[in-house]
Amino acid sequence: MVAGPVLRQILAKYPKELLAEWVQNQQASAATRADLMNEGELREQCREFLTLFQEATRNGEVESLGGSEWTPAKDFLAGISRTRAVQGFSPSDTATFVFSLKEPLFARLRAELKEDAAAVAAEMWTTSRLLDKLGLYTMEVFIKNREGVIHRQQQELLELSTPVVSLWKDILALPLIGTLDSERTQVVMENLLQKIVSTGASIAIIDITGVPTVDTLVAQHLLKTVAAARLMGADCIISGIRPQIAQTIVHLGVDLSAVTTKATLADAFLVALRRTQAQLPNTKL
Amino acid sequence: MDRIPILKMGSLLLVTIQVDMHDQLAMQLQDDLTTRIVEACAHGVLIDISSLEIVDSFIGRMISNIAAMARVLDAETVVVGMQPAVAITLVELGLSLEGVRTALNVDRGMQLLRERVDRDSRQ
Repeated sequence: MVAGPVLRQILAKYPKELLAEWVQNQQASAATRADLMNEGELREQCREFLTLFQEATRNGEVESLGGSEWTPAKDFLAGISRTRAVQGFSPSDTATFVFSLKEPLFARLRAELKEDAAAVAAEMWTTSRLLDKLGLYTMEVFIKNREGVIHRQQQELLELSTPVVSLWKDILALPLIGTLDSERTQVVMENLLQKIVSTGASIAIIDITGVPTVDTLVAQHLLKTVAAARLMGADCIISGIRPQIAQTIVHLGVDLSAVTTKATLADAFLVALRRTQAQLPNTKL
Repeated sequence: MDRIPILKMGSLLLVTIQVDMHDQLAMQLQDDLTTRIVEACAHGVLIDISSLEIVDSFIGRMISNIAAMARVLDAETVVVGMQPAVAITLVELGLSLEGVRTALNVDRGMQLLRERVDRDSRQ
């Protein structure tokens, strides 16, 4: 089904008037956010969208926006959804921008089809559905962008939050910060094991001072890491266990007896130095 | 048929696994190794798996079994050079090889075994 003939007529016949009315309506309402965008820019966006909208309605399907006729209009909307999000518009502001075209269009439709109530209703219905879809499309683009940002940040967090530090010959430290989930544990484990291979370290200290809570799952993840390091021939010491966490661990019945645990990184470091029989240089620093 | 060579160094046996283990090969190794331990009166077995890139639960259990058998025959087993990916896989499979000693490389593994042999000879 294509757009109603009257809608197409109107778009072709009154582009200037529609544009003027649309811009005026938007400026009258609060959603325009005059603080974020000046009138010239708004007018330019409206003009471009009207042109693309008119082109698309000339032979595009109204039922779905999947056809190639709609691609330019959709691309344009995706573009303004992105730029407006950066400028500080809320996603509803952007959607409202599209929805607000209904008012001048409906007014024109009514004026054009004065006597035929049924025809007005039919035209309004198709036009309304069309604009709803376009408005929702801007929303979708907005959400997709947000998801992209979230995903990227997750990746960055994963990379940033798992440094493996070499403390001494044969001694590595792994200061963990933030909650441990299975995905992060995987990354932590891989990083640690790689570093064990590359440095030939025999002791790794896992410091959990920065881990806010330790539940059974986190404990299990820790034990897995310890087991994997042991399989490669390196011992693990878990340090930085805060009093509350010690209590939680015991209450949960987590068995950490197979692992050396220390309250602070300093204690763990001392144990590691003794075990590796490290020679401390006997000089004043 | 393929066999994994078992080298004798003093009272130690050295096994380097250079090919991908399949089940038959692992069974064969288990047979050969127990025989050699008895023949050679070995007190230590060093298994180098640094070229092993793929393990499954069967191979994991096999390594564990070999270590247990060697212990019965009074020889200590040290598994050396496990790849990170292999270690992660074994842990994920729930096989943490309790009772098997591990070391990062052949050097360290030898050191561990020599210490044990020395200790035994002193007693």
